[in-house]
Amino acid sequence: MTSRSDGPILLETRGLSKQFGGLAALHAVSLNIHHGEIFGLIGPNGAGKTTLFNCLTGLYTPSAGEVRLDGQRLNGLKPHTVAKQGLARTFQNIRLFSHMSALENVMVGCHVRTKANVLGAIFRNRGTRDEEAAIRSKAHELLKLVGVDKHAHSLAKHLPYGDQRRLEIARALATEPKLLALDEPAAGMNPAERVALIALIQALRATGIAILLIEHDVKLVMGLCDRVAVLDYGEKIAEGAPEAVQRDPKVIEAYLGGSIGGAIGQPA
Amino acid sequence: MDIFLQQLINGLVLGSVYALVALGYTMVYGILELINFAHGEVTMIGAMVALSVIGALVGHVALPGVVIVAMGVLVAVPVCMLLGFTIERVAYRPLRHAPRLAPLITAIGVSILLQNLAMIIWGREYVKFPPILSSATHQVAGATISDLQIFILVLSLLIMAGLVALVQKTKLGRAMRATAQAPQVAALMGVNVNSVISLTFIIGSAIAAIAGVMVAAYYGLAHYYMGFMLGLKAFTAAVLGGIGNLAGAMLGGLLLGVIESLGAGYIGDITGGFMGSNYQDVFAFFVLILVLVLRPSGLLGEQVGERA
Repeated sequence: MTSRSDGPILLETRGLSKQFGGLAALHAVSLNIHHGEIFGLIGPNGAGKTTLFNCLTGLYTPSAGEVRLDGQRLNGLKPHTVAKQGLARTFQNIRLFSHMSALENVMVGCHVRTKANVLGAIFRNRGTRDEEAAIRSKAHELLKLVGVDKHAHSLAKHLPYGDQRRLEIARALATEPKLLALDEPAAGMNPAERVALIALIQALRATGIAILLIEHDVKLVMGLCDRVAVLDYGEKIAEGAPEAVQRDPKVIEAYLGGSIGGAIGQPA
Repeated sequence: MDIFLQQLINGLVLGSVYALVALGYTMVYGILELINFAHGEVTMIGAMVALSVIGALVGHVALPGVVIVAMGVLVAVPVCMLLGFTIERVAYRPLRHAPRLAPLITAIGVSILLQNLAMIIWGREYVKFPPILSSATHQVAGATISDLQIFILVLSLLIMAGLVALVQKTKLGRAMRATAQAPQVAALMGVNVNSVISLTFIIGSAIAAIAGVMVAAYYGLAHYYMGFMLGLKAFTAAVLGGIGNLAGAMLGGLLLGVIESLGAGYIGDITGGFMGSNYQDVFAFFVLILVLVLRPSGLLGEQVGERA
């Protein structure tokens, strides 16, 4: 496996914290993700993984700390400008625009990189029509890339589960991200679908996109990621190459409660 | 038979105006799940502004009546767009994350405010629509249809078709639908949710302004209180069709107009003269009650509301 963990830093969080009332869902988490890297984020249920995602993408305002993407400060930006900076995500519980076709879902993702404004929408001038055609063909290509093009004109809610997950990835890719954050993309997938997903993630990385991956399937994370960070009770307890993290006593304790030693090769 | 056809025509004309106003209710509800009770008043302001312009021009400029009315509309539409934008910005946006009841109360507040403002500006009396439009009529199979009725019906259908095209075929329309279905996710995809919401109010208010002028032209008068009943009828139409659903608002509007018209035409016969056509309004609210009891999601509405 080629490691991409020595390139320039793409995403940097420093001392990122999120309080909900008296509960610290995240406590002073600092991470660096490099250009072209596949970075895994694991941890037991409730460790704060999704909270971290929400802080990165502007859905939550961090209580302290900062997030930088390519040196540009993200926290404090509105979610729609975060997308513009080059950070896109999928959701653990699929959140498609369920009453729109698969194609339209991806076309919404193209929104951030297009210029046509309201007047264009009303008067349908030449530029607007050309742009619309370009969006449409780009959306078709992305559907083909993730393998959902045969469902292009079906409503998103009618797609099979695995295809819905892939459609979410296509929609996120439409924003042309530098960093793609995937929240449990393999959840609920069968083994064949998982193999296809791994191939897709590797293909995406080959195009230069960095991937941040939350996953419960430890085997998948360990096989795919260049580096892994482990969260437990909102704190980062380990970070490094998958093999090293896997042997870290603190990680073993977090997953197994410290009662027995051994590998954590089983899905949580 | 000719009474039936006549009432059907009258109903369709009235219904097409209800449909236009209902679109404003349903678009806002689709995106914010908010009943914008001030929407009827926007319609009234549209009629009043247009009448002021028309009143100032009539007798002073030698232009055809249609052109003068068009100029009134051209002023009323931007005024109402600005009004719709301001209502959302001032009365609803600060309460975006408040409990549902709060924006409903500010909506009623804005509605009362606008009524009273209109009363101060235009007075308590009916404002007359000057007789400058063609009053020619045509005979169709024993029923009469006027130029104005044809114009209202055709223009309404064109506006509805245009709105459907905007929502279904354009980038703005996709952004509106995405925002309606999952606002947070739409934002993460780069959709500026606040501008989409503002634009929804602006478009709905522009259509309301045109509808207001239609009503004023049709009945020959406008009044500071006209938005109240018109708003309630249009709201009923939106609920009848399935609130949040564009096609539903159009169907509900046309259907409600026809039900009202036919009801008013036959109520005398049915009750042996005990009730007259002045009981017209009863039908709209009878329909509202029936829909809420029998099919609360409306004719074209989904059975289960969903929200990401």
